[in-house]
Amino acid sequence: MNGENSKMKTANALKVQDRDIVVPGELLCEGEGFVHGKNIYKKENKLFAGMLGMVRIEKDIVKIIPLSGKYMPKEEDRVIGKVIDVLMSGWRFEINSAYSAVLPLKEAGSDFIPKGADLTKYFDFDDYVVAQITNVTTQNLVDLTTRGPGLKKLRGGRVIQVNPTKVPRIIGKDASMVKLLKDSTGCDIQVGQNGLVWVSGDPEKEVIAINTIKKIEKEAHTQGLTENIDAFLKGGKK
Amino acid sequence: MNEQKQHLLRALAKGVRYDGRALTEFRPLKVELDISRSAEGSTRVLLGETDLFVGVKLGIETPYPDTPEDGNFMVNAELRPMSNPEFEVGPPGNQAIELARVVDRGIREAHAIDTAKLCIKKGEKVWSVMVDVCTVNDDGNLLDASGIGAIIAIKNTFFPKLKEDNTVDYEEKTKNKLPLQKEPIPITVYKVGSYFIVDPLPVEEKLSDARLTAAITEEGIVCALQKGGESQLTTDDISKMLDISIDKAQEIRKKLKL
Repeated sequence: MNGENSKMKTANALKVQDRDIVVPGELLCEGEGFVHGKNIYKKENKLFAGMLGMVRIEKDIVKIIPLSGKYMPKEEDRVIGKVIDVLMSGWRFEINSAYSAVLPLKEAGSDFIPKGADLTKYFDFDDYVVAQITNVTTQNLVDLTTRGPGLKKLRGGRVIQVNPTKVPRIIGKDASMVKLLKDSTGCDIQVGQNGLVWVSGDPEKEVIAINTIKKIEKEAHTQGLTENIDAFLKGGKK
Repeated sequence: MNEQKQHLLRALAKGVRYDGRALTEFRPLKVELDISRSAEGSTRVLLGETDLFVGVKLGIETPYPDTPEDGNFMVNAELRPMSNPEFEVGPPGNQAIELARVVDRGIREAHAIDTAKLCIKKGEKVWSVMVDVCTVNDDGNLLDASGIGAIIAIKNTFFPKLKEDNTVDYEEKTKNKLPLQKEPIPITVYKVGSYFIVDPLPVEEKLSDARLTAAITEEGIVCALQKGGESQLTTDDISKMLDISIDKAQEIRKKLKL
């Protein structure tokens, strides 16, 4: 009886529905009944949206999935970065975010790099690299590593930018979408969590791969995306 | 950088641009007219994802002492920080100044505007034409987009009403258009390796060796040039580039029904 009552209360306190699109400052709910996730702020027992996005309500947890936005560095993310500076003891990377990242010498690879070596021999300006984020401080200082499976310097190829919030759809479940793209175009593709995608292959095939990635980005919210893309790729080949 | 350039050259060798176009093919070009109420003439140019506004403002000023009977003409470009992460707020940088000057030179050297007709009172009052370019999104080829936008904006500029005391009533527009003699269109040809491309994407702009902007009148006469980029051009290169420019200018003229 009591439980039912509190459930009623929480339902009434909600001002939005699951999957609603909200704008920053929009009232989501009143009262103490909810726990809030990212991109939401609390003011006098009321929860407000802090970002443009879709509301997801799971039991008593309210969160907002952003529809767009710049990449925020997160630990263990695999990102694609570009060398923007060579430092005394490492490299500074641009990672398509408001914050840049640093790759220290000892994380640069298995080779021993002697003191005073020319660091541009390993990573030069404007080189692209797949790296993993090892640490993000509260001040958003980002550390990278290129030691690990699949982490490497990207030679040749080209990089395009996509919306970082759409990256999971480009990768697909268990990397199914990327595999589909790789298999049907024969291109080598690396997708960074930060919204940079590196593509290298036959020039004509590259264009197909990139157009497909843009299509995935545009239709990320639709049902049966993998089948649609599969059909698109087959149609484009003829 | 070198490996990325090799990659681009491999694609160009096959005759494929990074977005699938041919080497000398423009992206879809769209021009909207009269987007601003306060300007006397205005356009919005959409070239692929490149997006910019051009506004023409008319005012009354004293003429320069050496040309007492000619109206003034000025071009200013503003590269907004929102249109490209490399653009900063503050005074215009090299790129903005170059952009404004290239647009200015094309229109000035073609004698596109009949400045003699802008005289109100010799040595005292003349119309001054101020063109402002404002970028919204830079997805490459701002030079051509601005130049095309500027000439179309000028072509669609109407004089405001001139009051008895020779001041301007901006609230009331007349049906008199700016006196236009020529309609120059600037086309920039980029040289990457040994290939010539037009309408580059930002990545192609960055990896290019040199560029040549030529303003072309409707008769196919080259009336202004601007060379940019680090590497040199041979006379053979220049004549090839100009041929492409003249060809493309006529194509765009036809497309826009200028």
